[in-house]
Amino acid sequence: MKSPDIEMPESVVEILTPSVAGKPALKISNLNVHAGDHHILKNINLEIPENRITVLLGPSGCGKTTLLKCMNRLTDLYRELEVTGTITIGGDDILNSTTDIPALRQRMGLLSQRPYPLPVSIFKNVAYGLKLKGVRDKRLLAFSVEKHLREVGLWEEVKGRLNAPATSLSIGQQQRLCLARGLAVKPAIILADEPTSALDPTSSKIIENLFREIRKHYTIVLVTHVLRQAIRLADHVIFMHDGEIIEQGSPGELFENARSDKLRAYLIDGN
Amino acid sequence: MKRIKRVEEKFYIGLSAFMTYSLIAVLAFIILVIFVKGFGALSWDMVIKVPKGGYYYGGEGGVLNAIAGSLYIALGATLIAIVIGMPAALYLNVHLIRYRRTQNTIRYFLDALWGIPSIVYGAFGFTLMLFFGMNASLLAGIITVALLISPIMVRTFDEVLSTIPKGLHEASLALGSTRSETAFRVIFKQGFSGFITAILLSFGRGIGDAASVLFTAGYTDNIPVNLDEPAATLPLAIFFQLGSPIPEVRDRAYASAIILTVIILSISLGARFLSKRYSKTNLK
Repeated sequence: MKSPDIEMPESVVEILTPSVAGKPALKISNLNVHAGDHHILKNINLEIPENRITVLLGPSGCGKTTLLKCMNRLTDLYRELEVTGTITIGGDDILNSTTDIPALRQRMGLLSQRPYPLPVSIFKNVAYGLKLKGVRDKRLLAFSVEKHLREVGLWEEVKGRLNAPATSLSIGQQQRLCLARGLAVKPAIILADEPTSALDPTSSKIIENLFREIRKHYTIVLVTHVLRQAIRLADHVIFMHDGEIIEQGSPGELFENARSDKLRAYLIDGN
Repeated sequence: MKRIKRVEEKFYIGLSAFMTYSLIAVLAFIILVIFVKGFGALSWDMVIKVPKGGYYYGGEGGVLNAIAGSLYIALGATLIAIVIGMPAALYLNVHLIRYRRTQNTIRYFLDALWGIPSIVYGAFGFTLMLFFGMNASLLAGIITVALLISPIMVRTFDEVLSTIPKGLHEASLALGSTRSETAFRVIFKQGFSGFITAILLSFGRGIGDAASVLFTAGYTDNIPVNLDEPAATLPLAIFFQLGSPIPEVRDRAYASAIILTVIILSISLGARFLSKRYSKTNLK
């Protein structure tokens, strides 16, 4: 769709911008987050397309991570945050749900800035979510652990030491382990918060390739402030600045013809 | 210039090494002295018998009364301090996480409590005891020592909890665990070795303290069987025997010191072994 010709406040532009191909996996409307007097997220409306990589792009402190944390209600951990609006996944309202929050969180895998392996063995890290789901069958657990370690390309590296502590792995391996651990609970969506920021270039590349690989089966929301990464991976880009969505659209649209000054400035700084 | 720097560096490395090893030498010297003076007087009777008539004049018997009393008081006080310390440390780290000022004020008061001499706790426990119309007893001793070691327990638990990254918390929740599953399967496991060290530190302080139990636990030649009976303690046993004019009794004071040291060392080693076994999977 062509952008409208008339001058409009930037906050209106985002409402008019349609989402790209793919059914929405997650729909956010009128999301506002306050921390005391500080308005962190301002009237966010967006749709995350299914089986695509949606990149949340923007400078540090613009509310990307907070937006991500709203999606699986990790915002519950921060008492000072006041979250209003609706986020729906498959028709269920996430924010106003009084239902099973752990089950809701299992529909989304989280990959954080640096890996946080659980203080147990490699095997148990991957099996953790399944055990929470009540899976006790040893063969099923072993099968699942192998499947998901293979999925992230870690199996060959760790198959001989599955009972070793997860912390004995390198940081890049740990991040892949955390991805495998998240995939094991069969999420629909993967929330990735700058997942390569602590990694060396080689490990980062592995993670990026994995994302390209698994987007066939998963919807990925990737937070990043690395412009090049966004260009490499994005199917759909959401540019945020100071708690607002400034622009969203396909990478072609956004990176070739940025409409707002803020995005243009960001693109120039990023290159 | 380069030469001066090198000399300077050598000097400071030498100084640091000297200070470190002299501390270890002092520790070794202390242990050596109590062993040299006490080993001759040490016997199975010391460990398995209570004082018989005339024990304090060199007669037969042992200090089992003090061993039992000390263990009872230290264990009881440690248990109470854990019950106080765990929720308090959690409150500090979970609920007050965004209230830095309150958090720091509470930490300041706890640190101040940590520094108060134990005789002051003893005096306070004594007043408390009189107020409630209690006699010097095992219970009064346990309560006083619990008050003494609670600030240590809270602050050390607090330190352990504050080193556990919030990301680990979030990772566990994101996998679909509930808050209590996160607390027990992840946070508790991650902090286990630290908690053991905290408990050990408090226990060590509790079992070795003489001044706080001087007025509150009293002293007796019997092993207490009830909470309202007075209880002997090893530090006081050492104190009383050391004050004796009879050389044999004074040697027994050193033997009692050996017993106390061995108790503390073995508990320390045991706890270290436990925490090593459980901490190998932890996040560094």
